[in-house]
Amino acid sequence: MLPLFIFWMGSAQAESPTVLKVWHAYRDAEADVLETILKEYDNSHPEIAIEVLPVAYDAYGNKLESAIPRNNGPDVFIYAHEKIGAWVESGLIASIDPSTNETLGFFDVASEAVQFNAKTYAVPLAVKSLVLYTNDGLISTPPKETDDLFALGETLPEDVVPLAYAATDAYFHMPWLFGFGGGFFDDNGNSTFDVEANAKSLDFMKRMDDADLLPKQPDAALATHLFNTNQAAMTISGPWFLSSIADGVEYSIHPLPIVSDTQLPAKPLLTVEAAFVSAFSQHPEAAEYLARHLASLEIATTRALEAAQVVPNKSAWENPALNSDPILSAFKAQMLNSVPTPNIPTMTAVWEPLARAIRRVHRGAMTGTQALEQAAVEYSIYTKPAPKEANPTPYIVVALAGLLAGLWWFWRMFTRVKEEVWKSKTAYLYVAPAALAMTLLTALPFLVGALVSLFAHHQGEFTFVGLANFLDIILARDWPLTSSLSFYFTLIVTVGWTIGNLSLHVGIGLALALMLREPWLRFKGIYRVLLIVPWAIPNYITALIWKGMFHQQFGAINGLLTSLGLEPVSWFAQFSTSFAANLITNTWLGFPFMMVVSLGALQSIPRDLEDAASVDGASGFQRFWHITLPLLKPALLPAVVLGSVWTFNMFNVIYLVSAGEPDSSTDILISDAYRWAFSRGNRYGYASAYAVLIFFILYGYSKLGNKIAGRKTI
Amino acid sequence: MRTTNAPSLSKQILWHAVLMLTCLAVLYPTLWVIKMAVTPSQAFTMSPNPWPTSVSIENFWVLISGDDPSTDVFDGDWQFLRQFWNSAFIAFLTTIVGMTFSTTAAYGMSRFRFPGKDAGMSFFLLTQMFPGVVMAIPLYILMDTLGLLNSAFGLALAYSSTAVPFCTWNLKGYFDTIPQDLEDAARIDGASQWVIFTQIVLPLSKPALAVTALFSFMTAWNEFILAATFLSDAEAYTLPVVLQSYIGDFETQWGLFAAGAIVASTPVMILFFILQKNLVEGLTAGSVKG
Repeated sequence: MLPLFIFWMGSAQAESPTVLKVWHAYRDAEADVLETILKEYDNSHPEIAIEVLPVAYDAYGNKLESAIPRNNGPDVFIYAHEKIGAWVESGLIASIDPSTNETLGFFDVASEAVQFNAKTYAVPLAVKSLVLYTNDGLISTPPKETDDLFALGETLPEDVVPLAYAATDAYFHMPWLFGFGGGFFDDNGNSTFDVEANAKSLDFMKRMDDADLLPKQPDAALATHLFNTNQAAMTISGPWFLSSIADGVEYSIHPLPIVSDTQLPAKPLLTVEAAFVSAFSQHPEAAEYLARHLASLEIATTRALEAAQVVPNKSAWENPALNSDPILSAFKAQMLNSVPTPNIPTMTAVWEPLARAIRRVHRGAMTGTQALEQAAVEYSIYTKPAPKEANPTPYIVVALAGLLAGLWWFWRMFTRVKEEVWKSKTAYLYVAPAALAMTLLTALPFLVGALVSLFAHHQGEFTFVGLANFLDIILARDWPLTSSLSFYFTLIVTVGWTIGNLSLHVGIGLALALMLREPWLRFKGIYRVLLIVPWAIPNYITALIWKGMFHQQFGAINGLLTSLGLEPVSWFAQFSTSFAANLITNTWLGFPFMMVVSLGALQSIPRDLEDAASVDGASGFQRFWHITLPLLKPALLPAVVLGSVWTFNMFNVIYLVSAGEPDSSTDILISDAYRWAFSRGNRYGYASAYAVLIFFILYGYSKLGNKIAGRKTI
Repeated sequence: MRTTNAPSLSKQILWHAVLMLTCLAVLYPTLWVIKMAVTPSQAFTMSPNPWPTSVSIENFWVLISGDDPSTDVFDGDWQFLRQFWNSAFIAFLTTIVGMTFSTTAAYGMSRFRFPGKDAGMSFFLLTQMFPGVVMAIPLYILMDTLGLLNSAFGLALAYSSTAVPFCTWNLKGYFDTIPQDLEDAARIDGASQWVIFTQIVLPLSKPALAVTALFSFMTAWNEFILAATFLSDAEAYTLPVVLQSYIGDFETQWGLFAAGAIVASTPVMILFFILQKNLVEGLTAGSVKG
């Protein structure tokens, strides 16, 4: 028996291969080809077992950052190179033998992109950048220079937009910025927002808009639509656009034009998708070997030919099949005329101020110079150094004293009601499961997360700063009170947002519920089911459809207004209409829930009471106001209170519909908190302080609500 | 006797007109979802006309079978069906766990007076005020420590804790309206607290139970972030994770996303259709009137 057991152990050990986990966010052909390559590798390397996991792009970064430090992450993962700086600082990725990339022979742009502080951190697999797409049915020769663009604008028919692209998106504006000789970092990584060249590029974009080269309210979805319906002669987009082009549209791809004023080429940012090795991998050598394999000439050629990836391997382009492919070679040409996206962590704080500047100029609210001065100020606030480190001792003393006082208070309360507690055993049993689950799964994570608010995160390091984050926010140290970025401005907007939504949700929901319970009404079931459709459909798509309906030029709502003889509205150009657009969308999304709750709550009212009133001659409204509503209150109040809390923290719709336009003025507190955490230099401590303040505001609100309602609800 | 006499014809017409107009306003934007789902293209439709110009089931076929339409051979894996089942299972589990927690808690809060009751109710409400942005990483670490990271039960537990406060509050509000006399009568007949709770109070609370069940189900059914972060096996993915994977950095496969949105919303509508009977036959039709 024993020898058999030892034999079994031995064979199990010999056969158990090294498991390499590979994560990626590819889809379609790219995913299929990658998975085939990995399967072949797995088959040809018996000592290795590969486990692949496709991750949804939206959750990918978060998932990596949560999983890797807990040893649940991948060994190898594919990601854009932009994150390198942040991940080196937080210790997520391992450096790669520098000779690897040299041996594989990449174009310089690609191998530079994956370096940080003179070390190599990933193996480049493919590159992505913007290029110029032309509709060959509408124009025969692509513009060589920007002056040609303006000339083309003169010759094209009225109903064709010359150049439809996401002109107000910072990423899409970058080519012009570089084409005018601008940039946002000098060689030392210091920001250079307000240089003249950058301002000129913004004014150039405005000039294109004034000359009607661009569509109204341009964005990527609109550009796709116009290009696909032959209403746009050109667009600027990346390789991802290829799969969106409709059948029958004749198109070709060209490098971006030369800027006539400077005679420099417009250079897009280059994203390098690369294979990373996790710093927590148990098998770093095997992982690095696999990463190298994925980038090897043979595999790169397969990826290029079968998944249309633009590979940065120099020698791959000696293959005529690649070199003669008009699409691939156009992207390759653009790669050689591009700027790798800076991979330093502060880059994440560039996008938002720059986008705001672009939109200010596009709206005609500022000149390029003014807008960029503003952007430079905003950027410097986002990236300002952490506050001075605070001495934690007084905080610990206060926290301990608070804890002791709390315990003492609790003990006193407990001894006073001891008898009663003992008698209420049953009650506690009923409540315990839920209370335990809530404490463990929400209160505990929140407490831990809230503690972060006492720290400042700056370039990968957390320093204890005490209440500095709170003081910064409450004393409005960074912004004037009236600025749309100040806490107080956003707070007022948030309160307005909550009140507006709640009145509409409850008003409409209750009115419909009252109508739908009438016994004589026919087709009740059909009405009810149809009316909950907005709740049932995932709101990501419906919110964006509403955004499309609010489009200035092509939206259904302006179409309706014009057919009624009214002026079309530029919905996102001013606060009032932008706020209204958010409100309308969220009302559409939110009233069904209140309707369902009201339907349920209405059943708690004995119908004969109302009927009796009606016999007594009370009018419909009197009956509702004096009988139905007071009876409804206890059953409806929970939904109203919780609904207002949810709405207060509901930023999905704002993010998708107005995106804070104009100038972040329609943002609410929670969307600000997210921005501080993810797009304003990863200031996690500051974001956490926002969250803690939101919590206290809501807590204050619920206390105030009690006073006003005159009834103890919490 | 309830007056079931219909009001005047003009009032009936007016009510139907109002309801139909509302339905129209509700359905109009969703026409685009349908249009994108049945158009074999992946572009976002911005056209002012929401009527589909061509109808094809290609998006639904690709979504469900996983087949690549550009090749002639069938290479689908039908993984979607597995993922659909995962979602249904997790949503169902969430509903069961959430309802168990919240009905008992709500009953305890509604029928007993005990020290700490008000604080407990406040606490449930307070948990809803915690903004999720600060909780994601601590929650991940907690689930990892408990060994619940890659499991359906772990997700269902996390979702239940999201749904429980509303469910408890809503049920307590409803339980409060059920007359105490009913319970007292049962107690005289010798029924225990538990029997009263399960045999008398719960059957009388069907409308509120229907609302909370639907709410718990929806909480789990549409959740994406936690599912995508906690699950590390494509076989275990839920529907929202699959849908969200059609959204890329720069472009979204709108045709597939729209088809997925329709597939995802259908069970919710069916569930609501089944539950709505309970929504409208509550106390008045129950034993109060005898």
